[in-house]
Amino acid sequence: MAEIRNYTMNFGPQHPAAHGVLRLILELDGETVVRADPHVGLLHRATEKLAESKPYNQNIGYLDRLDYMSMMCNEHAYVRAIEELLGIEPPARAQWIRTMFDEITRFSNHLLWIASAGIDLGAMTVFIYAFREREMVMDMYEAVSGARMHAGYYRPGGVYRDLPDTMPPYKESRWTKGKDLKRRNEWRGGSLLDFIEAFAIDVPGKIDEYETLLTNNRIWKQRNVGIGVLSPEKAMQMGCSGVMLRGSGVEWDLRKKQPYAMYDQVEFDIPVGVGGDCYDRYLVRVEEMRQSAKIILQCVDWLKKNPGHVMLKNFKVIPPTREEMKDDMEALIHHFKLFTEGYCVPEGETYAAVEAPKGEFGCYLVSDGANKPFRAHFRAPGFAHLSGINELSRGHMLADVVAIIGTLDLVFGEVDR
Amino acid sequence: MSEPAKAISELFTSRFGDRVTPGKSLGGILTVEVGVDSWLEVCRALRDEEDFRFEQLTDLCGVDYLSYGQSEWDTSDASTEGFGRGVEGFGPGRFNWAERPEAKDVKQRFGVVVHLLSFKYNRRVRLRCFAPDEGMLIVPSLVEIWSSANWYEREAFDLFGIVFEGHPDLRRIMTDYGFTGHPFRKDFPLIGNVAVRYDSQKKRVVYEPVEIEPRVGVPRVLRNDSRYNTDDFDLAADAEAEAIAAKDKAAGEQEN
Repeated sequence: MAEIRNYTMNFGPQHPAAHGVLRLILELDGETVVRADPHVGLLHRATEKLAESKPYNQNIGYLDRLDYMSMMCNEHAYVRAIEELLGIEPPARAQWIRTMFDEITRFSNHLLWIASAGIDLGAMTVFIYAFREREMVMDMYEAVSGARMHAGYYRPGGVYRDLPDTMPPYKESRWTKGKDLKRRNEWRGGSLLDFIEAFAIDVPGKIDEYETLLTNNRIWKQRNVGIGVLSPEKAMQMGCSGVMLRGSGVEWDLRKKQPYAMYDQVEFDIPVGVGGDCYDRYLVRVEEMRQSAKIILQCVDWLKKNPGHVMLKNFKVIPPTREEMKDDMEALIHHFKLFTEGYCVPEGETYAAVEAPKGEFGCYLVSDGANKPFRAHFRAPGFAHLSGINELSRGHMLADVVAIIGTLDLVFGEVDR
Repeated sequence: MSEPAKAISELFTSRFGDRVTPGKSLGGILTVEVGVDSWLEVCRALRDEEDFRFEQLTDLCGVDYLSYGQSEWDTSDASTEGFGRGVEGFGPGRFNWAERPEAKDVKQRFGVVVHLLSFKYNRRVRLRCFAPDEGMLIVPSLVEIWSSANWYEREAFDLFGIVFEGHPDLRRIMTDYGFTGHPFRKDFPLIGNVAVRYDSQKKRVVYEPVEIEPRVGVPRVLRNDSRYNTDDFDLAADAEAEAIAAKDKAAGEQEN
């Protein structure tokens, strides 16, 4: 009889379902996974070390590039850590804007998740559908910060600028014209807030569309139900957070349990799974999208009624306005110093965490009183989740590994940092 | 997260005595220093005992305390010619491999910082353990207590060279296969040591010494001046107070 040996297979780093640069060494017994050993670090850019060589504000841009699917949530954790060390509190309007954009980001992240998880398991249409809405989210980012993805919008003491009064419409081009142009510009007559409001009112219907494609889809259920089951104890032990934890039935959401920004003033529910498998986590993410839309509407409502400052008037941290700089020498010097040397942060250490779409994104910041962080460490949810992939995928078939990688919602920008 | 830090601090001292040193608390998270000898014992108790119940190790990272509190530009003292204009010293990112600062006799240089989370009490705590510097930096591994420590410890080993005793699989995780050195140490240059490129003649990837120069322009500055009292400079609050005062005054005048 022929000798039967385990087979070692290299999954990635250029596999389309590896979500970037995951190299997974799989030890297979036939088609059953015996051991999964992820090799990460292919995207390691030493963000934490780079942060030590730059003044505080100049690091915000690096944060966007960690989890590049939920840019503003990363910024939020970092900015909150600095604010805590400085002992400053941004004005209410800035907090509401942050809450709103955190939810817009969560929505956009889950959109991309549903798109890529769908396409991993062979559901092409949902990908196209999701990108239709994602385009509008990117437009919101662009309207407020000038960048479609890497916004750099949150600053210590508030947000960079107030929400714009106009939402730029599409111009006629060879590709967008006639009825198509009219449809695209339908919500773009008023301010950004009007656009966001129209979007948030409309979007639950769009989520229904994704659900008709997936929720009762026979193939989708066969590929997800009972796959990658995680018990609540195991999830806590493995360092899971966010949807990975809630999918297993643990009712834990930092927005409720340790509220930050204005989350204690908005009304929303935390969806929780029952079985802890990939399908439950899918359902949790879909429901979170609906809840996000609900929160966005509450934020829009408040922001429309309450104009005001979006940046603290604390000139030890915040630069003077352009106008002041034009006719005041001191203001010019002040601006120059803040943008070269930066501000010094009192000695101390802090850990600020936010409920990022993927889980708990934390920022551990050590300051020795200098203008640069002494040590910045970013706690990425994906890193903890991926470390458990061996336990999650053991005993499953090779094809299920794809479903499990999908359900972890990995982005290698944050895993490798 | 509302309970006072003092209560948690007392909880720690009453249970562990002099094995722990509670420190400062910021943002509701208390820092507790734990000796390397009682590291495992304290952590196990924190997970299992009813008073603590830290079910999750949220985060673990290494910290290199070399050059803590050192600035590159003296701003506190002016000579007869005024403040120094040149930047002296090799702060983070400002030296290459040959010029790297020497670390001699630095006590308590490497720390392992752990963030724990208790779902039951909705409480976080930060533990710090300094690795004894006796040739090898050895700290007991927490993997058997919290399995999430596995990759975090690999990362701290890779980037700082802290060896976790009892770790089942202590391999490098972030750096390249065959990498030497521990890049997040303060005496490791930001530009690195070797560069990698594809050599079209040799038809393979080659490693060479880095060619680029350090290019961090902004010096590291510590200013112990009035900037720390940010409360005094909260102009928004001042403006608000002024407005209220003016309103009161106007109301007073109307009465008169």
